[in-house]
Amino acid sequence: MSYSKMSLAKPVMRGLLGKRLRFHLPIAFALSLMAAAAFKFGVTEPRKRAYADFYKNYDATKEFNNMREAGIFESVRPTGK
Amino acid sequence: MLATRALSLVSKRVISTSICVRGGHGVAKVDDYALPSYFDRRENPLPDVRFVTDLSPVQKSLKEKEKGSWATLSNDEKIALYRISFKKSFAEMNKGSNEWKSVVAGMLFFIGVTGLVVLWQRKFVYGPVPPTFETEWKEKELQRMLDMGINPVGGISAKWDYENKEWKK
Repeated sequence: MSYSKMSLAKPVMRGLLGKRLRFHLPIAFALSLMAAAAFKFGVTEPRKRAYADFYKNYDATKEFNNMREAGIFESVRPTGK
Repeated sequence: MLATRALSLVSKRVISTSICVRGGHGVAKVDDYALPSYFDRRENPLPDVRFVTDLSPVQKSLKEKEKGSWATLSNDEKIALYRISFKKSFAEMNKGSNEWKSVVAGMLFFIGVTGLVVLWQRKFVYGPVPPTFETEWKEKELQRMLDMGINPVGGISAKWDYENKEWKK
């Protein structure tokens, strides 16, 4: 019995890391950029807008008087004494 | 020499098992685990020793035949030679098993036991909880937080409707 034709094809020996990187790096970059964009437009921008809206018509004196009436301060008592 | 004399006072056996006999007076005893061993691993395809170390007469004659031309070996002889050198083939060694089921079962079991231990602890070990956990105290706490305006932009005070004195819809 002759076994000259029974051997397997020689497996790929070189360029394995390069092949993997060429496949995975663009995907990794794309996913990272998408994650950053999603966080920016899903979290940071709404948060910045929320703070801007809160302070647009913020009256510090009025808030202070409300807190004073509620009795949480030790330096000033509520106006009713 | 003095060291071995001193050791011989302690025990005669110590000398034979001591691996450090200085001055070329003896040969160190080699333990089995220090010799090269055979193991089936994918990343080490050719181990340091053959699997079968004591060959039977049939195997010895086969090894002699191997020294000649390999074309004269039959299939069964080739497989026999393989099995002399190796215990498992790559396919056998890489085959998966069902061991993970036992592992997961064991994990869940011990997590369950831990849960029972925690429940027992809560009942029999820990003392009473501080008064700050009572409902009345918590209500006063929450009222104070709202009065102070804690987290007014996106947190708890932002969810409270100050005009109507209720939670925002």
